[in-house]
Amino acid sequence: MEAFLKFIDMGGYAGYVWSSYGLALLVFGLSIILPLKEKRQLEKRIRRIIQNEKSVSK
Amino acid sequence: MIMRFIYQLGSPPYFYALSGRLLPWLSGLCFILFAAGLYGGLVLAPADYQQGDSFRIIYIHVPAAWMSLFVYMIMAFSGAMALIWRIKIAEIILINSAHIGAVFTFLALVTGSIWGKPMWGTWWVWDARLTSELLLLFLYLGIIALYSAIDDKRKAARAVAILALVGVVNIPIIHYSVEWWSTLHQGPTVTKFDKPSIDTRMLIPLLLMAFAYKFLYAIVVLLRARNDLLWRERRSQWVATLFSKEGA
Amino acid sequence: MHPLRKRRLILILVMVSGIAVATGFALVAFNQNLMFFFTPSDVKAGKAPSNRLFRMGGMVVDGSVKKSDTSTEVWFDITDNEKTVTVKYNGILPDLFREGQGIITKGKLNEKGEFIAEEVLAKHDENYMPPEVAATMKKKKPAYIKE
Repeated sequence: MEAFLKFIDMGGYAGYVWSSYGLALLVFGLSIILPLKEKRQLEKRIRRIIQNEKSVSK
Repeated sequence: MIMRFIYQLGSPPYFYALSGRLLPWLSGLCFILFAAGLYGGLVLAPADYQQGDSFRIIYIHVPAAWMSLFVYMIMAFSGAMALIWRIKIAEIILINSAHIGAVFTFLALVTGSIWGKPMWGTWWVWDARLTSELLLLFLYLGIIALYSAIDDKRKAARAVAILALVGVVNIPIIHYSVEWWSTLHQGPTVTKFDKPSIDTRMLIPLLLMAFAYKFLYAIVVLLRARNDLLWRERRSQWVATLFSKEGA
Repeated sequence: MHPLRKRRLILILVMVSGIAVATGFALVAFNQNLMFFFTPSDVKAGKAPSNRLFRMGGMVVDGSVKKSDTSTEVWFDITDNEKTVTVKYNGILPDLFREGQGIITKGKLNEKGEFIAEEVLAKHDENYMPPEVAATMKKKKPAYIKE
């Protein structure tokens, strides 16, 4: 427990160190999640386009 | 042989299929590299003799700064390929690298600032290194803005390729700024040729993180490029086949 | 290579090298302004501006730091191993400030040739190592200035 607290404290630089790592986690997480979300929407739209074209050609 | 591979890679269905097969492997390796780098950097590496534990910001800051230059070089290279050979995939790599490049640059600037406050005694100074890196962020943002401002995406890609190539002169300026001028930012640690000036236990996590960042970049670019490609080619036969195979 | 592609390649090379040359000229022209700081030798040689703020960089001389007992005032000498300038500063020093450390300070010269600092920044070097290694490399660890 004490070792853990010492680790969290980062020799008194906790605020600086953890905010850097936290920011990296945030921006990298968004960089991955946003394209994945976009992909799901794109797939929906493209399916609709393909459906429409099928019904027109019939 | 290499040219044939590039041309083949330039074919959208081939690129889409290949990248789809690569992504799980890239993600796995990226995760392992991040886990090892973080454990090595936060737990195994000893504290620095002058900076104490605050030096651990290096594992976020330095790879981000390296990537900000690396991604830009890839964009300039893709830009040249797009202008000379009109390869569609080169255009797509170029424009889809801009966002993640801007993210790396932003992260390098902000974590540098967070590191500078306790060590240097200031959040920001207008020295040559910091100023040229800020200029790089504006270049990335300019590229994104220019691309979205032009409706014809083939024309937009050409305009962006020219801007990316013009901005390439900033890259050696950023890299050598600490040697050409007296700056507050210190000189290079890892890339200098004489004696190593970082302890091995501190260096190995740094290199692991640098590789992890490279994989992360590859993953983000492929994810974005695949979306872009799918939408551009939505009326093509291969996309229709792809969706019918999935059993929509 | 296809002649059209060759022409495009040459055009791009000419464009990039043209911009590189132009940027090079601009940088040479602005070189002085891009200098973030002057050295104590520059200052002693009268190269630094006389009645406007400028930055001076150098190493804090070992044993030169004197602190006031009653206020946050501090005096120290900085050197570039050739010339030495005395600095007077009133304020909080960065964590890395210590004797033997490279620093950059912003301020003005007074009539006695002392540097009256408004801001003191520590410039760290490019070396990273654990304390044990530093101790064996230097025998003596640089004295940490207690606040």
